[in-house]
Amino acid sequence: MDTEHISLLKGREKQVYEKKQGGAEIDIACDTKSLSGSVSQRACVFCGSRVVLYPVADAIHIVHGPIGCAAYTWDIRGAVSSGPELHRLSFSTDLQEMDVIYGGEKKLYQSLIELIDQYQPNAAFIYSTCIVGLIGDDIDAVCKKVEQEKGIPVLPVHSEGFKGTKKDGYRAACSALMTLIGTGSTEGISKYSINILGEFNLAGEAWIIREYYEKMGIQVVATMTGDGRIDAIRRSHGVSLNVVQCSGSMTSLAKDMEETYGIPFIRVSYFGFEDMSKSLYDVAALFPDRPEIMEKAKEIVRDEIRKYYPEMQKFKSALTGKKAAIYVGGAFKTFSLIKALRTIGMSVVLAGSQTGNKDDYRRLKEMCDEGTVIVDDSNPVELSKFILEKEADLLIGGVKERPIAFKLGVGFCDHNHERKIPLAGFVGMYNFAKEVYESVMSPVWQFAPRKGGLL
Amino acid sequence: MTSMNTTAKTATQNACKLCNPLGACLAFRGIENSVPFLHGSQGCATYIRRYLISHYKEPIDIASSNFNEETAVFGGSHNLKLGLKNVTQQYTPAVIGIATTCLSETIGDDVPMILREYKAIMGDVPQPIMIFASTPSYMGSHIDGFHSAVRATVKTLAEAGPKSDVVNLFPGMISPADIRYMKEIMEDFAIPYVLLPDYSQTLDGGPWGEYHTIPPGGTTTRAIASSGSASASIEFGSTLEAAKSAGGYLEESFGVPRHCMALPIGIKASDRFFAMLEKLSGKPMPEKHMDERRRLVDAYSDGHKYVFGRKVIIYGEEDLVISMASFLHEIGVVPVLCASGGKSGQMKKRLLEIIPDMDELGITAREGVDFVDIENETETLKPDFLIGNSKGFTMSKKSELPLIRIGFPIHDRFGGQRLHHLGYRGTQELFDRIVNTVIEQRQNSSDIGYTYM
Repeated sequence: MDTEHISLLKGREKQVYEKKQGGAEIDIACDTKSLSGSVSQRACVFCGSRVVLYPVADAIHIVHGPIGCAAYTWDIRGAVSSGPELHRLSFSTDLQEMDVIYGGEKKLYQSLIELIDQYQPNAAFIYSTCIVGLIGDDIDAVCKKVEQEKGIPVLPVHSEGFKGTKKDGYRAACSALMTLIGTGSTEGISKYSINILGEFNLAGEAWIIREYYEKMGIQVVATMTGDGRIDAIRRSHGVSLNVVQCSGSMTSLAKDMEETYGIPFIRVSYFGFEDMSKSLYDVAALFPDRPEIMEKAKEIVRDEIRKYYPEMQKFKSALTGKKAAIYVGGAFKTFSLIKALRTIGMSVVLAGSQTGNKDDYRRLKEMCDEGTVIVDDSNPVELSKFILEKEADLLIGGVKERPIAFKLGVGFCDHNHERKIPLAGFVGMYNFAKEVYESVMSPVWQFAPRKGGLL
Repeated sequence: MTSMNTTAKTATQNACKLCNPLGACLAFRGIENSVPFLHGSQGCATYIRRYLISHYKEPIDIASSNFNEETAVFGGSHNLKLGLKNVTQQYTPAVIGIATTCLSETIGDDVPMILREYKAIMGDVPQPIMIFASTPSYMGSHIDGFHSAVRATVKTLAEAGPKSDVVNLFPGMISPADIRYMKEIMEDFAIPYVLLPDYSQTLDGGPWGEYHTIPPGGTTTRAIASSGSASASIEFGSTLEAAKSAGGYLEESFGVPRHCMALPIGIKASDRFFAMLEKLSGKPMPEKHMDERRRLVDAYSDGHKYVFGRKVIIYGEEDLVISMASFLHEIGVVPVLCASGGKSGQMKKRLLEIIPDMDELGITAREGVDFVDIENETETLKPDFLIGNSKGFTMSKKSELPLIRIGFPIHDRFGGQRLHHLGYRGTQELFDRIVNTVIEQRQNSSDIGYTYM
């Protein structure tokens, strides 16, 4: 622990590390539950399940519990659909005191029947929230019954908030998806085919990525779950390869599919020129019997970089020497962001994630410069202290981190699931650089106290 | 429990309400040097923070006792105590405002007992004041959590004492801008006052040179203590029952007279509020406010033709909806539907008191509805526009109806925390926005492109 000058909560010391010459080996205690009383930026099991399944657009998503969980996740993500938009609606059994006493099964059953009749979805996901686990509702039985009556998949998602961390929620969501996978026909699926996993089509990002792969002559069967469709998911076991982004949420599904259907998977990232290019090359390399796939990949990379390079240089010359702090959900995204920031001349002084694992943090340490602070499951107090001490010019995070940056007069880039501008793909890197430039270079910071402005 | 006014659907679709603990967190944010603390899963605190941040654009720390499976089985006592200790160490707050969630309520945690045990364990070590509000999410909605936290605060802190000139003002869930205006009015009348909760600075403050674990501002605990010896309490809320309110508690326990009135929106309701202040202070309305009133009356005449006969749907917390209906009625706008996700069972009754002929005028009231219910009503009621929070945007887009954003949350526009709703000033702002909505609509739909409207 090389951060003795910062007041950390007891029990948090092991989740913070500062890279220093001759410093201790990194051994971040991650994968733990957040500390009681600490204002974690993490959420709960339900949140994990909800974010993963949210973009499935032709299914209804019913939150079984009191109103809060459904209300706070209504239309919360920027995940867009090319067709139906059932995912943008919020359904809740809105359990009341009497339901808590006598059980909510009847209400759930009735809700399901009515909603399925009203919206004619291709499937229904039923999320159990905290108290459902306590009042002992047999959700599985209700789902089975409705499934039989209505003839569509009705999938329970065991996402009681307190039963683990956000990662357990990812797993619950993946196991619901796994139930669907393998139930559709694989007819018409080419040998040169992939699924895109862990891409949620925020601001249309999945479409951008899909287009690259399709240009390479690769068939994309299912994107999970961005612009997701039940039928595509059901037949997704017919592909030759799973390409996994956002490793935190979808790796377990890729592993299950590998085990059950023998489909290999690779981990990729679509953020930044470097990782984006690699994600095309890596896929092409796995189809060596068709060299034109690789040729096409190279052509795309060349054309795209050529398109954005001149503008990028402008951003770079302005941003060179500026410092960034990164605090995002998954560690894998942090890796890409460090590289992407280097492309535009920026260094990283703080890198952290909500849900990274030990390997992730070891790799982070390797990538980071001397003096970079690495944190797991951080909180506002910690984040802001490091931001100020390290004199960051930019914070990359989600909505919860935004006010910390703005209060302190630091630029901000939303890299979470509420973003409205695509940051993936080559065009995404351009958008990212532009957004960073517009925030860091804004003249408004001259009035910030940290720049000498009045308090 | 279903009445004629509640929805016949089983599931709630696109809820027109939020959960109980959110309101409590907001209210606790209005006490100086206080940290809201949710006794439940991590997700509750995180979701609520995110929801509040999107409206107020300020850092909002809400601690959580972070339940896990063991906690749920063996009770939350250990986690709560550990959490309180950690929050105390990291935030050094004067107050920790603890609110329950559906989880801790369902397992039946006895929070007051846990707090007593905690105090006993900590012995002589000075501890923050612990305020506890019971806010199970399966009862009521966010507004109930808000009032319950305010009542709990007063219950914990108010002290008896020789009667003072102080007037308590419990304005309910209003905007930071409204709070600042209320304080200005009290100061203009030279009335010593206690306004609770005051999040006008904690949730709408200036820049920081360094991170504040707790933002500056808020009602001081000393001021809250003095609310027990106040000469009167003014409380806004047409459906707020004395048994659930801070004013009600102070009247019952300390004999502080409670004056409960509607949120002062519109001239009539504002007149009643100002008249109350005149009575309590023994002073006439300051010229500045007379002037604001005169300008408002003048604006009413200038703009009356644009708004007369327009039909509108209003939705949101019941008290806000009732007061808005009263204002709209006095400018000739017909609130064809007054809707709320809340279920006090009193909305129609209160509306009838203000607009006795509401049925004849085609004004309807519905409690316990969601946005799908309201959307269905737009098809038959054919309103000219909608008034309510941001969550009506989905409906407004689908129905191609302008939405005038008021209240909370405003997630899709800038400056929701700085909107005025109350008094002559707030009414003026609302009136201007309503008139402009009509003008804009006319201008946009006209081929001619008038530059004078």
